Amino acid sequence: MNGASKPLGRRLLPYGLLGPGLLWLTLFFVIPLYFMARLSLESGTLETGFQFTWEWSNFSDAITTYDEQFIRSFIYAGVATLIALVIAYPLAYAIAFRGGRWKNALLFAVVAPFFTTYLIRTIAWTTILSDDGVVVDVLKAVGILGDDGRLLATGTAVIAGITYNFLPFMVLPIYASLERLDPRLIEAAKDLYSSSRTAFLKVTLPLSAPGIVAGTLLTFIPAAGDYINAIFLGSTNQHMVGNVIQGLYLNLRDYPMAAALSFILMAVIMLMVVIYIRFAGSEALMGEEEEAR
Amino acid sequence: MSGAWRWLRHNAVNIWAAGAIAYLLIPIALIAVFSFNDPSGKFNYTWEGFSIDAWTNVFGVEELTDAFLTSLRLAALSTLAATILGTMIALALVRHQFHGRRVANFLIVIPMATPEVVIGASLLSMFLIYGISLGFFSLFLAHVMFSISFVVIVVRSRLIGFDRRLEEAARDLGATPLTTFRTVTLPLLMPGLIGAALLAFALSIDDFVISNFTSGTTVTFPLYIFGAAQRGIPVEVYSIATLLFAVTVAAMVFVTWQQRRAEKMAEVRPDDTDESGAGALASGRDAVSSAGSPA
Repeated sequence: MNGASKPLGRRLLPYGLLGPGLLWLTLFFVIPLYFMARLSLESGTLETGFQFTWEWSNFSDAITTYDEQFIRSFIYAGVATLIALVIAYPLAYAIAFRGGRWKNALLFAVVAPFFTTYLIRTIAWTTILSDDGVVVDVLKAVGILGDDGRLLATGTAVIAGITYNFLPFMVLPIYASLERLDPRLIEAAKDLYSSSRTAFLKVTLPLSAPGIVAGTLLTFIPAAGDYINAIFLGSTNQHMVGNVIQGLYLNLRDYPMAAALSFILMAVIMLMVVIYIRFAGSEALMGEEEEAR
Repeated sequence: MSGAWRWLRHNAVNIWAAGAIAYLLIPIALIAVFSFNDPSGKFNYTWEGFSIDAWTNVFGVEELTDAFLTSLRLAALSTLAATILGTMIALALVRHQFHGRRVANFLIVIPMATPEVVIGASLLSMFLIYGISLGFFSLFLAHVMFSISFVVIVVRSRLIGFDRRLEEAARDLGATPLTTFRTVTLPLLMPGLIGAALLAFALSIDDFVISNFTSGTTVTFPLYIFGAAQRGIPVEVYSIATLLFAVTVAAMVFVTWQQRRAEKMAEVRPDDTDESGAGALASGRDAVSSAGSPA
């Protein structure tokens, strides 16, 4: 149907449907970002009030003061994302190809952590990894941990917590891409005398790449900004950039510095995402943008 | 020996998967078990003995109950608003042609690709500059915002598998567009809407980070837990968390069952087989990938 031949009301209908929701997103997502940008260029203290002065030094100060937490955030998030990928891929594969009638139940188990409160899950990990807990005992018995070694208040615990909390975000997209894969393609590869291993490497793995890319992004992004795991499972030595932002905003009330840090965090993540997508190939990742017909 | 080795090789993936499932479920089991703990101190971190104290009067801790009720109210209101707004967007995206589709898609996806701490911080920046007082209302604004995108994705995946001939049939039989929407579209869409609403509800009731920035002195369930973690966590927190888990699981099972029934009745075939939270998040894949490739 030609758009121009439709009555005016019908042509305006989509905008009427989109309007309120997109307005909400604009008012409470886009515009706040603008205000955060403005705040990040202000100077002053809480007592004297803040003035807009194009204070670019907030950005350089933020980087030089908190470089350690920044780097740590990206290392923790990166390691957690890799571990999550290693755990998730075989799990997603098993659910998609060997799940049979248990498929839905297994998917249910994957999302089950989302049905318990995030904070409580993390606190449950403090019990699991506690100094007199089973995990520490076992690690001591096999000699990985020394006699006075502990897991809590170490980077290992924080990474373990992050991995756990965001694992479902890794499993689901990989599962979705494997589920869509036509099993006849694998059969075809085998009919052409490829081994299971080759069939996996040349057919299954490349076709599930979009799931891997989406999963790593969905895990990495929240992980890099997380501060809960560092609070409960780490100490100040494990603080990440999220902890700094939270502390500066809510306790120290150094708003310009906090805003600058948030902005840098967002910019770095965006940049990494764009580079990653370029590198991983974007043609498979365009999503369902053209579904209207 | 070689037989055992072959068995192990063949089942390695399954064994790994079973281990991963256990890893996912152990903390949840631990929470349920620790709701029966009898800690001597103020913290519920180590097992000290069996007790049903926390279950006989689950809502006995006043502050905790207040926070929980605040969370329920907030989740209910923000779910209602987000479900309506998100469904409207999904309808426009799937069923209409319009200019600015890329912008709309981008706007929907980008909040999901932004760390929560940045969302919280930017909202607080705006509220501070405008002098908007923080509390239930600012929480509501924030929660609707981060729920909309998820609703759009769930409802959209449902709409894509929608058999439009059913609507055409209604129109052929003389129904007005509004009647068609009310009597055909909406009932068929209902399982998807309920799934989306459940997801929005779960996101809202579990949100800590964004609420941490926008709550002021209002205390929600997660915020209560955060505060209590410094002074001592009552066992009732574990009971309520377990209760919440059980209720959500029951609701999910019910929705999935309803959906199967609706599908059988109307023979509507959505392209994903699971439209519950799992399917919703899985189809988030497409959304997030398109976020990563800005125009």
